[in-house]
Amino acid sequence: MWQRFAPALPANPWNWIAVWRRNFLVWRKVALASILGNLAEPMSSLFGLGFGLGMIIGGVEGTSYISFLAAGMVATSAMVSATFETIYAAYARMQTNCTWDAVLCTPLTLGDIVLGEVAWAASKALLAGMAITIVAVALGYAEWSSIPYALPAIALTGVTFASLAMVVSALAPSHDYFIFYQSLILTPMMYLSGTIFPMSQLPGAFQRIAALLPLTHSVDLIRPAMLGRPVDSVGLHVAALCIYAAFPFLVSAALLRRRLMR
Amino acid sequence: MSTAAVDLFEVSKSYNDRVVVDALSFTVSPGECFGLLGPNGAGKSTLARLILGVASPDAGKIRVLGEPVPARARLARSGIGVVPQFDNLDLQLTVRENLLVFGRYFAMSAAEIKAVTPALLEFARLENKADARVAELSGGMKRRLTLARALINDPQLLVLDEPTTGLDPHGRHLIWERLRSLLARGKTILLTTHFMEEAERLCDRLCVLEHGRKIAEGRPHALIEQQIGCQVIEIYGGNPHELLPLVRPHVQRAEVSGETLFCYVTDPEQVRVRLAKRTDLRLLQRPPNLEDVFLRLTGREMKD
Repeated sequence: MWQRFAPALPANPWNWIAVWRRNFLVWRKVALASILGNLAEPMSSLFGLGFGLGMIIGGVEGTSYISFLAAGMVATSAMVSATFETIYAAYARMQTNCTWDAVLCTPLTLGDIVLGEVAWAASKALLAGMAITIVAVALGYAEWSSIPYALPAIALTGVTFASLAMVVSALAPSHDYFIFYQSLILTPMMYLSGTIFPMSQLPGAFQRIAALLPLTHSVDLIRPAMLGRPVDSVGLHVAALCIYAAFPFLVSAALLRRRLMR
Repeated sequence: MSTAAVDLFEVSKSYNDRVVVDALSFTVSPGECFGLLGPNGAGKSTLARLILGVASPDAGKIRVLGEPVPARARLARSGIGVVPQFDNLDLQLTVRENLLVFGRYFAMSAAEIKAVTPALLEFARLENKADARVAELSGGMKRRLTLARALINDPQLLVLDEPTTGLDPHGRHLIWERLRSLLARGKTILLTTHFMEEAERLCDRLCVLEHGRKIAEGRPHALIEQQIGCQVIEIYGGNPHELLPLVRPHVQRAEVSGETLFCYVTDPEQVRVRLAKRTDLRLLQRPPNLEDVFLRLTGREMKD
């Protein structure tokens, strides 16, 4: 049993770094375009909704709407960056470019590759979330002191959504299927998880569903941190995100072993 | 002779009830070039995957460089260099960066990789392309880079899956010459191919496969001598089935393949005389080769 699944697990705690560094080397060549491309959408949402709706709404939960929204956009952009990196870029490395096949001929295991890809997607999520945080801080929508608290939460959000997306990548017969994950899972989650408006606006049943979603836990960590407020039940939120990261990681590794190492 | 570089014993592998490798056994000795010869679909690439531990056999035992595979495939792979059937280089990276990235997978330090890179570039005749993006290279250059990349960890064993498929004759000869230089340096090569010429030129020994089974094994020239052992005349231009009865009395054996009649003859002159009046025919006389062996053993042409 162990022997069957050993190739699907990381061989040691550091092999994945070689995979991460390969992706970093490729990304470095297009870094500027990548950063601008990844920031344009959350920034336009932040300013468009923040100013536009902010005028009508006034304050939310004791702060300006744009300050409320900034944390939601940070969490959402971390989710979207980690997901897209995994379902499009990592999937292409696995399926189209056969980059993973080359790595499987070296002492690295499939588990090392999956861990490297998840870590890389989380790094891109951290970069995207951090950039928005810095803009929000610079414009006075968040506290400078919030950054050390927000960054780990953003990174954990990235790991969680990269792991979840890895399951989708492992199952998808082609990239045409990714649109279902985006439109049926991610977009509803964004509306349910209190990114754009407070969860208290939702009907009771939806609130109970929303409380189980990973993005809700991200928002609950990131928003108080950015607004300089105490974070409630840190342990619960971190544990929930860790479960959403670890379990899908193992599932995706097992699925990928069946897909690639038959 | 120390322990075998590769040792397969009664290895079988099926995909969805289709048997791809069927109770296959063979041994590759250190320092030799061993060929797996067979048409597409004979199980060659699956065998390469089994030897690397990327796929697991349903039955049988595999040892590579002394390690049981797939149980300790990771360890075995640290001493293997692989040239896959289809290039999977990083196209966005330069030649040098491809070597750097691959060296890291073998836990080599930046300094170690830097130290071996010039020799690898020279080996691949890519000294002037070190900082070119791989996307800009020709097919032959990419293939040579893939070969250089496979050497980054100074492997004892090279597993080459159809290394010259898709190359022009010039590119193919250059790869063959490079492979011979590796053999001269004492490397062991396991090569899959469906090119007869490649197998005849490079391999010390080969194993002919059909439907995952071994149908012959031995030194190329011994196989040719043992299975054919006479001259071959290929006859084109007529209906081979009509010609067959005409030549039958003068040949050891005759075989129809497509539009060609293959005659295996000890005295070619008799066939020539018999067909002298048939000006519509073209006769090609040549020494026997591995293609004839394959035709003899399977009754089919090698190329699909």
